[in-house]
Amino acid sequence: MKRLVNLLLVLCIGVAVLASFRYLGIDLGELGGSGNLKQMAAYVQRFLSPDLSIGHLQAIARGALETIAMSALGTLLATVFGLLLALPAAGRFGWPLQGLSRLVLNALRAIPELVWAVLMVLAAGLGPNAGTLALALHTTGVLGRLFAEALENTPPEPAEAIRLQGGSAIGAFCYGTLPNLFPQLLAYVLYRWENNIRMASVLGFVGAGGLGQMLYLSLSLFQEAQASSVILAMLVLVLAVDTLSSWSRQRWVKA
Amino acid sequence: MLSRDTRDPATRPRLLLGLLALALLWPGIRFSELDLSVLLASDSQSEMGRFVATFWPPTHGAEFLQLLWQATLQTLAIATAGMALALLLAIPASLLASRALSLSAASRAGRPSQWGQLLRWPVRGVLIFLRSVPEIVWALLFVRAVGLGPTAGVLAIAITYSGMLGKVYAEIFESVDQRPAHALLQAGSGRLAAFCYGILPNVAAELLSYTVYRWECAIRASVVMGFVGAGGLGQQIDLSMRMFAGGEVASLLLTFLVLVLFADQLSRLLRWRLA
Amino acid sequence: MTLHLTRVSLTHANGLQALRSLDLHIDAGEQVAIIGPSGAGKSSLLNVLATGLRPGNGELQVLGEHPWQLSARQRQRLRARIGLVHQAPPLPPRQRVITAVLAGKIGQWGIGKSLLNLVHPLDVPGARAALARLDLHDKLFAQCQQLSGGQLQRVGIARVLYQAPEVLLADEPVSAMDPVLAGHTLKVLCEHAREHAVTLVASLHAVDLALAHFSRIIGLRDGQILFDLPASAVDREQLDALYANEQLQPSPAPVPTLSVQIPRC
Repeated sequence: MKRLVNLLLVLCIGVAVLASFRYLGIDLGELGGSGNLKQMAAYVQRFLSPDLSIGHLQAIARGALETIAMSALGTLLATVFGLLLALPAAGRFGWPLQGLSRLVLNALRAIPELVWAVLMVLAAGLGPNAGTLALALHTTGVLGRLFAEALENTPPEPAEAIRLQGGSAIGAFCYGTLPNLFPQLLAYVLYRWENNIRMASVLGFVGAGGLGQMLYLSLSLFQEAQASSVILAMLVLVLAVDTLSSWSRQRWVKA
Repeated sequence: MLSRDTRDPATRPRLLLGLLALALLWPGIRFSELDLSVLLASDSQSEMGRFVATFWPPTHGAEFLQLLWQATLQTLAIATAGMALALLLAIPASLLASRALSLSAASRAGRPSQWGQLLRWPVRGVLIFLRSVPEIVWALLFVRAVGLGPTAGVLAIAITYSGMLGKVYAEIFESVDQRPAHALLQAGSGRLAAFCYGILPNVAAELLSYTVYRWECAIRASVVMGFVGAGGLGQQIDLSMRMFAGGEVASLLLTFLVLVLFADQLSRLLRWRLA
Repeated sequence: MTLHLTRVSLTHANGLQALRSLDLHIDAGEQVAIIGPSGAGKSSLLNVLATGLRPGNGELQVLGEHPWQLSARQRQRLRARIGLVHQAPPLPPRQRVITAVLAGKIGQWGIGKSLLNLVHPLDVPGARAALARLDLHDKLFAQCQQLSGGQLQRVGIARVLYQAPEVLLADEPVSAMDPVLAGHTLKVLCEHAREHAVTLVASLHAVDLALAHFSRIIGLRDGQILFDLPASAVDREQLDALYANEQLQPSPAPVPTLSVQIPRC
């Protein structure tokens, strides 16, 4: 019986896939046809000689630094505010505050970073500030929820023992709960930073500064050579952050 | 008892780390031009506030709802079609890149020979390249190459997610106990057969679970890519935002939330049933 | 009377009645051992004395105060004068021994000092002295997860010694130690209590240790006091009545391990 249901599910998935292609009107045959492929090949060719002049590289370096700063500060702000919101969200301050903070966190994380970026560009103008704030807002929601779950899963005994010997609630949290929580928090923050560096590159498309803004500009001006060097820079950045984050994880995240 | 013993060995590294953090914070704030006060300043608040005020009531005219429905279906279709293409690329790539299929590793306790490692690195490199470039950049490129519309989105998802799926599949193959596959390889079976009988049964559940999770991510990514013209809900949100039609943006955002919730529930159901 | 229980009963949340109408009076400076079979209510009794659990009915008086009639803040201040050594030391695995020991005085320090101590230990010689009495001064900067069960218990004791409370309650303080080490540690505890005029109440499983180091023995069974005698007056018959049909050496509870989930990208 279970096998029958599973088979039906797999069939449904297959039908859904075919229906998707039909609905979108994508003809894979036409796409892979010689005319289209030649067109795409010509387009790709324009990217194969990146512009590596000093002036452009300097601009890229500045853009890269803006992107790194955006992602790092956005993640840092999100860690602080996420932790602050995670405490009521884990039920530490009673039931009504728990509902309210969970609502706020869900609202923050449900709205994609790009939408936040558009709103922040309205509020703060063009430039990396909008991007940092957008990342901070969205990531607060994500980290806050993850932190709240981690908080709920930490053993309460060390904090209770501190309370029992006369310590304040803050003391009990810092000496009893935080040491157990810290590796998990760090793992989540590093994972989110890896993601944010990709998003930071992208938020520039709506005017939030960094490498994204440079890429959007050069593509709009049909300057493929410049665009391809920006893409290379993005690649290097993402790989560097991935490596750094996995090294940090090996070094500091041991339960 | 030497007085040196009472010094905390952790003081020096902590101090250095603290100084490093401070040293990086100042240029960081300068480069990102961080200014939290814009969220509280009166004039920007009124401009953003005015825009946000137009969010209520969300537009719900019949014509707009029809548009909404079409856009939602388009987003779902982009995600599903994109994932299907991605799987087409990812499965062979992961098999090529994974050390789990290495013939030489079978007789060397899991570590492939020099040649084995060398030949696998290019495939791994390609997968890492495909996943490191953000999908929206691919979408932007494809929009320029094949024009506005959902095709660009499908291709972008196909490329990025094939990289992601391929790399994670390869890692999943290697994370499970290799000995059944090794035994089969040493007994003379082909690589694919050894894989299907030795590794696949153990990893099927995890593969499915990860794939369904990625499908959920693909839906969110489709919406984001719509901002650069790849169709679906995202393109509509971008259009409405440009026209400052707050009510439409609000309806679109609500639809997006419902879609994400629906996808989450569906993925949970699939993971529970098929795993 | 420093510790004063009158007709105290305690029922746990799961319906188990731990203490039944208990009467107990302990003067300042006394050294009392509580013995009894598993499930007799020794831990519950000590937790009630430490104001950790609220008795269902009856009267509790500690250091001249009624703890459950005080405001929360006053109760916290009272708790800083009572020290409880837990059976399973509640020490986070990644915390260093020095921070764990210095945490004993959080009840007496303000917020600023407590937070500063996390970044840089403020009283290394004091912590060292407390650990030295338990022969652990070489583990000052080790992490708690690198210590054995017996060493962890000694760190828990060092924390309470550093706290320097007026009432020292110990819940099976030597259960994870070998007999020689256990005897030595109990001697250190009793000496400390004598020197500083601290009221010491310890629950023990090993009857011989109790009889060897404590002057007053209380036998607890099924939540009631079976006997309350000086050590010299406890004989074979009473011990048999106390431990009838019970094992004398229970196994310690397993400690759950902490795991970290690293999300897959």
